[in-house]
Amino acid sequence: MGKITLRNVTKKFGDVAVIPALNLDIENGEFVVFVGPSGCGKSTLLRLIAGLEDTTDGSILIDGADATDTPPAKRGLAMVFQSYALYPHMSVRKNISFPLKMAGVDPAEATRKVDNAAKVLNLTSYLDRKPGQLSGGQRQRVAIGRAIVREPKAFLFDEPLSNLDAALRVNMRLEITELHQTLKTTMIYVTHDQVEAMTMADKIVVLNAGRIEQVGSPLTLYRNPANVFVAGFIGSPKMNLITGPEAEKRGATTIGIRPEHIDLSTTAGEWQGEVGVSEHLGSDTFLHVHVPGMPTLTVRAGGEYGVHHGDRIFLTPQADKMHRFGADGKAM
Amino acid sequence: MARKASTQRKVLVTAIAWTIAFLIFFPILWTILMSFKSEGDAIKAPFDMLMSPWSFESYAEVQTRSNYSRHFMNSVVISLGSTLLALVIAIPAAWAMAFVPGRRTKDILMWMLSTKMMPAVGVLIPMYLIFRDFGLLDTRTGLVVVLTLINLPIVVWMLYTYFKEIPGEILEAARMDGANLRSEIIYVLTPMAVPGIASTLLLNVILAWNEAFWTLQLTTSAAAPLTQFIASYSSPEGLFYAKLSAASTMAIAPILILGWFSQKQLVRGLTFGAVK
Amino acid sequence: MATQHSRTAARLMISPAVILLLLWMIVPLSMTLYFSFLRYNLLMPGMETWAGFDNYYYFLTDPAFFSALSNTIILVVGVLLITVIGGVALALLLDQPFWGQGVVRVLVIAPFFVMPTVSALVWKNMFMNPVNGMFAHIAKALGLQPFDFLSHAPLASIILIVAWQWLPFATLILLTALQSLDREQQEAAEMDGASVFARFIYLTVPHLTRAVTVVVLIQTIFLLGVFAEILVTTNGGPGTASTNITYLVYAQSLLNYDVGGGSAGGIVAVILANIVAIFLMRMIGKNLDA
Repeated sequence: MGKITLRNVTKKFGDVAVIPALNLDIENGEFVVFVGPSGCGKSTLLRLIAGLEDTTDGSILIDGADATDTPPAKRGLAMVFQSYALYPHMSVRKNISFPLKMAGVDPAEATRKVDNAAKVLNLTSYLDRKPGQLSGGQRQRVAIGRAIVREPKAFLFDEPLSNLDAALRVNMRLEITELHQTLKTTMIYVTHDQVEAMTMADKIVVLNAGRIEQVGSPLTLYRNPANVFVAGFIGSPKMNLITGPEAEKRGATTIGIRPEHIDLSTTAGEWQGEVGVSEHLGSDTFLHVHVPGMPTLTVRAGGEYGVHHGDRIFLTPQADKMHRFGADGKAM
Repeated sequence: MARKASTQRKVLVTAIAWTIAFLIFFPILWTILMSFKSEGDAIKAPFDMLMSPWSFESYAEVQTRSNYSRHFMNSVVISLGSTLLALVIAIPAAWAMAFVPGRRTKDILMWMLSTKMMPAVGVLIPMYLIFRDFGLLDTRTGLVVVLTLINLPIVVWMLYTYFKEIPGEILEAARMDGANLRSEIIYVLTPMAVPGIASTLLLNVILAWNEAFWTLQLTTSAAAPLTQFIASYSSPEGLFYAKLSAASTMAIAPILILGWFSQKQLVRGLTFGAVK
Repeated sequence: MATQHSRTAARLMISPAVILLLLWMIVPLSMTLYFSFLRYNLLMPGMETWAGFDNYYYFLTDPAFFSALSNTIILVVGVLLITVIGGVALALLLDQPFWGQGVVRVLVIAPFFVMPTVSALVWKNMFMNPVNGMFAHIAKALGLQPFDFLSHAPLASIILIVAWQWLPFATLILLTALQSLDREQQEAAEMDGASVFARFIYLTVPHLTRAVTVVVLIQTIFLLGVFAEILVTTNGGPGTASTNITYLVYAQSLLNYDVGGGSAGGIVAVILANIVAIFLMRMIGKNLDA
């Protein structure tokens, strides 16, 4: 079981409230991603759940029991750190079996579990090496292995992929998702990368300045962002956010339209603009179009769309995909 | 650098570097060579001395005439004793400052360092009188205490810089893995701290072994370490080159070997972490 | 991690070290300060009387003080010049690729591990002795008159001995600093068209400045206290030709048994050392956060 409930959890450093009273329910078996810009408090929140930081106020319940004052070792959670935090003086085998040793698990049983984890994570041939002799991806796997063996109530990941290169990151992303589908254990995952959030999460928690901006499934957040912040943060490339007369015309302070929801034409359309940079990704082309009276708009076109720098082009936003936000930034 | 220096240039640099290194090392080399000569041969002109027969007689004589081994043991006891004592006091302090830093940690560290700046002569008389009144003059205990105090700041500093390098996340990982404070210290912290503690020990033994102010002021014979023992060759025994060389070789050999092992830590220790 | 409980524990762990050093700082130093205002001779115990600033007056107006002060300055500055210039040159040389770097490094560093009494006696007897020393033999071989270094140039001889001991220290630190020089930065400068000379002036020199400062300040602390080298070679003589402040205080108090005068000298030495120390502390303090 791994149901985690936060009730009015508050964290202050001195007089600065990093996290003003926050409520959140994490269901058993869910993959929850905390996402937000750096400094938004997502790591602090994770560390509060882990018990590595004391809460200033409020309570944390794990499976219904109050764990607010329980030391990290007793919470039954496992954590994968950004720096992997492997024990440099221990072999891979000793690293992975360390939590079992701490829990007083019978050595034969521990060996069996470590071998199992190593098999799942493709680490079998590295078990006798020291962490220093492994590549970044392998170290990451060892850190995950160390978390798996103790069969925790929930896994906590603190930006685990940010030290890996791009290709490896995509691989590990898949591996962690697969792992979640196999284990069906609650996972809480912190990242600043919205692509990771979108691809991995059952439920995304968007944080900004310690506050929850929106909670929901990836597609809910994509389709119905609750406010300008979420609209701008979720989706890649970013949603075009337009203020001024164009927005007022539609009775809003800000309107938002995603690059993939703008129709292109060389002959007629609602807005007329001039093509600036075009980014060819093969499958898609992203055009940056300068329209008078608006910020540069990003528009998705087909992979082989043939326009050039300086070409005149017409844009028509799909009306049903348009997002409208009021003066308070909230969706209307 | 990927580029290769020209071989010609490398040959030239090699020649110059070896020549200078030889000149710098020469006094030590000469001392070692002379220690294996007889007294009569040692005062001959350099070339004749080199050609004269080798012998161990000076070593035997140093031991019989002045009980070298007692002074050697004094040096060992004093340098090792003061270092271990300093470590016992410094490890908890450095650990606390590195892992539970408070607002005043930096001030305390700086203040500790400042005690090291106090010139020894400033407290020579009181120390001499205190030692005299407590019967500590010419005792190993007295010297261990003084050397512990003068090296304590360096020991705290060195340990602090080493402990600082142990990433906090690893200790947190241990806590997440279910380790209590005791297992955290035994299985994670200690193994990671041991290399730092070992190099601190090494450097401090060297410093204590070569300390030549308090050892000369506060001992005469019974507790005299090698620094004082060698100083007794000042005159007129200094004119017995072979014996002086043999005694000197024996006094510096252990520390020379230890020192070569600790070059890297030396820079760090002696500059209080300012140069790594 | 920093809970109230761990803070209390931390304070307990730090206190033995702090208390010991505090005692070591305060007790003897205040005794020295007290003695420095007394007329107090070890040969006449129980005859102490209040002397006010007399001890300071006598110590500071004694011609020996002036020669000791200038000897101290010459010794410190002389050794610093030799070790810093020699150290920079040696470090630059040893930073080049050549065969046997490891062995050369070991040979160069060796003098630093030789205890002061040994190095002083080896130089005094085996090299500088006017009859049987190495230099005398060389002079005779060249048909020159052997020079009696310690009688005719005592201070210079001591500078030579001390510099030999400290050159390895300067070299080692400067070499370590050189090796931490950013190679990419060097290459960037090269791409920017900087010559070898320009790179040395604009990149290497500023990079070494900090290391040189550290060397100068740390050596100064130790050089102000040079003692054993003088004791076993010249005993401060002839006259006061090679007496420095440290040796003068020692002679005053433990050879002349003048506790009052020696204490006044000790306090003067403390003040001089503190002037140097203030600079050193600032510098290290700045680097502490980096």
